[in-house]
Amino acid sequence: MALKVLVGCKRVIDYAVKIRIKPDKLGVVTEGVKHSMNPFDEIAVEEAMRMKERKLVNEIIVVSCGPAQAMETIRTALAMGADRGIHVEIPVDKMDTFQPLHVSKVLAKLAEKEKVDIVMLGKLAIDDDSNQTAQMTASLLDWPQGVFASKIDKTDAGLEIIREVDGGLETIRTTLPAVLSADLRLNEPRYATLPNIMKAKKKKVEKMTPADLGVDMAPRIQIVSVEDPPVREAGQTVADVDDLVAKLKEKGFSSA
Amino acid sequence: AIMRGVPQLLSRARLVRVGFSASEPVLAVQAGILQPDKFTQTFVQIRGLKSSKVISQAPLTAVDIADSGKQLKQELEAIVGPGNVSSGESVVLQHGQDEGPHPGKSPDIVVFPSSTEEVSEVCKICTRHNTPIIPYGTGTGLEGGISAVEGGVCVNVSKNMNKILQIHQEDFSAVVQPGISREMLNQEVRSDGLWFPVDPGADASVCGMCATGASGTNAVRYGTMKENCLNLEVVLADGRIIHTAGIGSRPKKSSAGYNLTSLFLGSEGTLGIITSATVCLHAIPESVAAAVVGFPTVQNAVDTVVMTLQCSVPMARMELLDEVQMKACNEYSGLSYPETPHLFLEFHGSESEVESQTETVRDIAADNEGGEFQWAVQQEDRTKLWTARHRAYYADIALRPGCRSLTTDVCVPVSALPDLVTATKADIAEHGLIGPMVGHVGDGNFHTMLLFDPADPEEFRKCKEVANKMARSAIALGGTCTGEHGVGQGKMVLLEEQFGKDGIDVMRQIKGALDPQQLMNPGKVFSRN
Repeated sequence: MALKVLVGCKRVIDYAVKIRIKPDKLGVVTEGVKHSMNPFDEIAVEEAMRMKERKLVNEIIVVSCGPAQAMETIRTALAMGADRGIHVEIPVDKMDTFQPLHVSKVLAKLAEKEKVDIVMLGKLAIDDDSNQTAQMTASLLDWPQGVFASKIDKTDAGLEIIREVDGGLETIRTTLPAVLSADLRLNEPRYATLPNIMKAKKKKVEKMTPADLGVDMAPRIQIVSVEDPPVREAGQTVADVDDLVAKLKEKGFSSA
Repeated sequence: AIMRGVPQLLSRARLVRVGFSASEPVLAVQAGILQPDKFTQTFVQIRGLKSSKVISQAPLTAVDIADSGKQLKQELEAIVGPGNVSSGESVVLQHGQDEGPHPGKSPDIVVFPSSTEEVSEVCKICTRHNTPIIPYGTGTGLEGGISAVEGGVCVNVSKNMNKILQIHQEDFSAVVQPGISREMLNQEVRSDGLWFPVDPGADASVCGMCATGASGTNAVRYGTMKENCLNLEVVLADGRIIHTAGIGSRPKKSSAGYNLTSLFLGSEGTLGIITSATVCLHAIPESVAAAVVGFPTVQNAVDTVVMTLQCSVPMARMELLDEVQMKACNEYSGLSYPETPHLFLEFHGSESEVESQTETVRDIAADNEGGEFQWAVQQEDRTKLWTARHRAYYADIALRPGCRSLTTDVCVPVSALPDLVTATKADIAEHGLIGPMVGHVGDGNFHTMLLFDPADPEEFRKCKEVANKMARSAIALGGTCTGEHGVGQGKMVLLEEQFGKDGIDVMRQIKGALDPQQLMNPGKVFSRN
């Protein structure tokens, strides 16, 4: 009874890049900037691969929504061992208004179309930090959710998941099918090796649009402005403790 | 002729004023040491004149010194911009001290150029002012290589020159500037299925690794910096920019001209400043397995290594940790290894290759009284297995909180290793020191971390004694006093012993040809005469 997994991967600005705000203050500069797969999505792909190696899963389908360059992300996932890909094409000028709710609707439609048992996502994307897609996808499908997973095991009835929560670790059991999201300590992803990168070039990638899946792209959220955090002001050196106390009083930090 | 000769005679003085007396052949020279905050008298002995006699001397005023320092600073600012020149106390302090145990001397000025051309102009200015030039990458060296022993200008080439200039996936090479560290390079190329395998532990600048001829745990299979560098762009003291293997060249092999790449690799900043390096990349192995096995004695462990190499097993990593090191690791990382010598091993290849390599080595280890053979394949399990080795240095420092370590670095032919290790351990015990040992046994290279209390000069002296004895034994056994850390300041005497006077004189001649004013990183590798 091997399972089918749909893994979502997002192409984001690489975590090491210094972000710059666009002059119109409505977004960040993405032209000519290094992009890579969202790190949490790498962990998701890796977990799917490990389940495949344990013979729990027999097919991994990777999906990415975005412009032409999203293909790079799909190829990376294929090089890590995913079996085939789906590229949901979003034109570049529509990317600013393409939001987690739309992604969730796309994933929900694909999960039903491909009859998958698990939808596996990263817990959040490092560009928008939304942490919404897994939860909304589960809700749209009316499937159980195991989010912030740091360990996933198969049981007779479904899955046992250990989640990282503020107070520590929470163990839950769900039935299948289910939506899961990967947290940082779930695993350490493998690197794509050259032979696998070459093999990945031959794997099948299907292309489609949100319209093909009946998903409407109208934005629900409008970005009002994007700004840099305030510039750090210069400090003031004080001569001695008395001076420090006087300055603190002056600035209203002391009640005395 | 005298005017041309004088700057060379003044060892570290800057010529401020020269006067000639019409009646006698007297050269009146005022010279100052470039130290903006204090001034010293300099007695100038002028050779080559009929008589050399100091007729009168007068201390330079603080204004004279400050003026000459100020002018140098202004000229540097004109090239790199005022924001990229600093003589601030904390800045110069940071740029004179590396991660080794020897206290470093601060330079007078630190500059942060943004291009090879700026580096070239900076060198020309320093040459005109007869000021030492000290290249600076990440400051992660261990031999005091960046200490400005004669003051001068520290050229920090990593802050603003931090681009990967080219990556050639199919040719397995990359061209990087000094600000790119090996972890940064690896992060960049991993999505292409490639990696840069020279791993000295610290996240060092790749160009800095070229300067010291660095190596690391993977050398047994992938080689050191020397085997992984195709070309260097170097700025000489006089500002000339050269490419050691040819302009833009990056073939896998070449018979063209003198091997200048080899000359500059490991020259520790004494011949020029490396402003870009073309390095080799390798394919990320398909499969990686890690193993750990303990032995009753170091001899058993080293015998295992020798036999493994003789069986031509293409080991990727072979690290020896002695029982003192294992104890330190247990305490620091909360592990429970038996306190005996251990080998930490890594196998690279296809899945079947890794499996068969592991089997072969498991059998060899068992034949040599090896204990439990633990091994792992998953990334995090391998990381956990190797934790002891990765944190070895910090575990050592934690053995005696507050202490520092004099890390030795000898390398001998592998057959000589067991005897040298045994003799060294006896010597360490005899001197009453704590010296955990970590070795790249596959290369015959091992490090002892000789711990000393920084407030106890006698203990440091004992460490030096053990270190020097070890190095001399290594040289006598056909090895070298430094396998990967470089000579810096601490091993200059040992280098003379290793090469003999004629060998070092040849090095001096080469240095004299490329750096006649002796400005490039003075006081390192070998003495002036």
